[in-house]
Amino acid sequence: MKAAADTGVLIVDDEAPARSILREMLSALPGVRILAECANGFEAVKAASELGPDVVFLDIEMPKLDGFEVLELIDPAIAVVFVTAYDSYALKAFEVHAVDYVLKPFRAERLAAALDRARERAGKVSKADPAEIAAAARPAGTHLSRIVVRDATRVHLIPAENLDVAEAQDDYVRLKSGGKSYLKQQTIASLAATLDPERFVRVHRSYVLNLDRLARLELYSRGSYAAVLTDGSRIPVSREGHARLKALLEPETRKH
Amino acid sequence: MSALHPILARKGRLAPFLSLALPLAAVLTGLLARPGAFRFGEAVSLAWLLAFVSLFLYLSVWYISRAAPLRGGRLARTVVTHAVAAILISSVWVLTGAGAARLLTPLWGPDFPSRYAAQVPALFSTGILLYILSLALHSVLLAFEAQREAEQRALELTVLAREAELKALKAQIHPHFLFNSLNSISALAGTDPARARAMCLYLSEFLRKSLAFGERKSVPVAEELALARAYLEVEGMRFGSRLSVEEAVEPEGESCLVPPLLLQPLVENAVRHGIATTVEGGVIRLEARRTGNRLRILIENPCDPEAPPRRGTGLGLANVRQRLATRYGHDALFAARRLADRYLVVLSVPAQITE
Repeated sequence: MKAAADTGVLIVDDEAPARSILREMLSALPGVRILAECANGFEAVKAASELGPDVVFLDIEMPKLDGFEVLELIDPAIAVVFVTAYDSYALKAFEVHAVDYVLKPFRAERLAAALDRARERAGKVSKADPAEIAAAARPAGTHLSRIVVRDATRVHLIPAENLDVAEAQDDYVRLKSGGKSYLKQQTIASLAATLDPERFVRVHRSYVLNLDRLARLELYSRGSYAAVLTDGSRIPVSREGHARLKALLEPETRKH
Repeated sequence: MSALHPILARKGRLAPFLSLALPLAAVLTGLLARPGAFRFGEAVSLAWLLAFVSLFLYLSVWYISRAAPLRGGRLARTVVTHAVAAILISSVWVLTGAGAARLLTPLWGPDFPSRYAAQVPALFSTGILLYILSLALHSVLLAFEAQREAEQRALELTVLAREAELKALKAQIHPHFLFNSLNSISALAGTDPARARAMCLYLSEFLRKSLAFGERKSVPVAEELALARAYLEVEGMRFGSRLSVEEAVEPEGESCLVPPLLLQPLVENAVRHGIATTVEGGVIRLEARRTGNRLRILIENPCDPEAPPRRGTGLGLANVRQRLATRYGHDALFAARRLADRYLVVLSVPAQITE
């Protein structure tokens, strides 16, 4: 068996005919092994972590998770080829280091070329910062509406307004939402950059706080404060964080 | 407005304009032949000359009245400008007459120029009167031209608005819909040629109908629904078991007239923001009912309550709202609601059977 040399491929599209044409054309190419077909983003993330494909052929507009969110959640070593009817995502696709961008409908040769590019770059694909991916996936001028987190093969969607607090932990952020806690590989700075600055404040080097969860501020020691949250827990507030909070809250306090 | 005087700008206008010299010459003859002034023959010769000269001289009032319009400008400036112009033009006119009188001495005797000089005050006053008359006529002409231009502009705006609406209608056939459908056809051509062919036919039917709709002012609900069915057949091939359709349409509702392609963006939304965002899919429900003198249309589809808004949300709705307002004013009701995992659009318009 020379299966080890074959390229493992995952097909992800929510439309059955679109999956069947990918299967038909890819299986005609030498050295291709189709590991699975997935009909939505959740299945894709699960299959990517369980089956370890080399290349994913990925639709963008899908139920549950869109193509960009899938890309954000799968192993960066997997080469991603977007296959879509929309030409408007092309720029964003390359911003997030997709290997190729194939427009529907396509010729078999075009797909073969995309596969060649993917093989060249498979395993050494340097993926963009997750924040960059998240930024590319949302319409310009808006903020992240939800955060996607994967733990093992499960995917969690946290609507941005439900995020209480984010805390930096080495290369990860711990996201707290409604009493639950999730770990995501991302820097706190890049997370803060994608969130709505009117609602989320970097109150400390290691903390981003949802303003709606702030109950009060307590003076801690010479210029440093602690934020008391609505659930009673406390997080530290740095001098700069206090200044940012004041800048956001000042217009309201002045009215009283 | 062109730089050229409107009378000189068009060929056909010159002759009627020159014919104005006749009554003018008659009036001037009357003035000059009054007792103690000129003999009749003398008066006629001068009057003709002065009449023709005045026609062209007082045309220049056009340019002056454009530079200092009676309405709009500052009053003092307007009055001074026209006073100075009236004096200048009348002087030129009277002086031209003096020149003519000198030229006519062989005919009417050597004392002709001096007798002319005696008439200068009367002629000058006539000149001022002619200026005022010319100013009045030109002001009327200017106002008339301005109104015609405004009407022209209004007409152009109407045409532009209509074109914009047509463009909007054509833009409603989204390219991604075409490309996705063609991709499905490409897929089915290999595995299921009969379905590929069926899909080609539904797609053609949809395209032909929607292109023809662009030309019409109103279409019966029945035709709108036929278009929606062709569209949903095409989408059904893509989405398979995820898409099913339920209809509750009454014949009385079907015969009512609505603006063409009114429902299409709503049906598209039901697929794109509804069916396409859900894993399991579901039922798109179409209702058209007539109750009394109202037509009520309902479109309901499943949607994923967690789905983030896809690009283009609201554009289709805004378009429909706008078109309803244009057609029916305040007589149209339109509501779009999200109820947990369903999305509901209801519209109610006056039931019309004839245009």
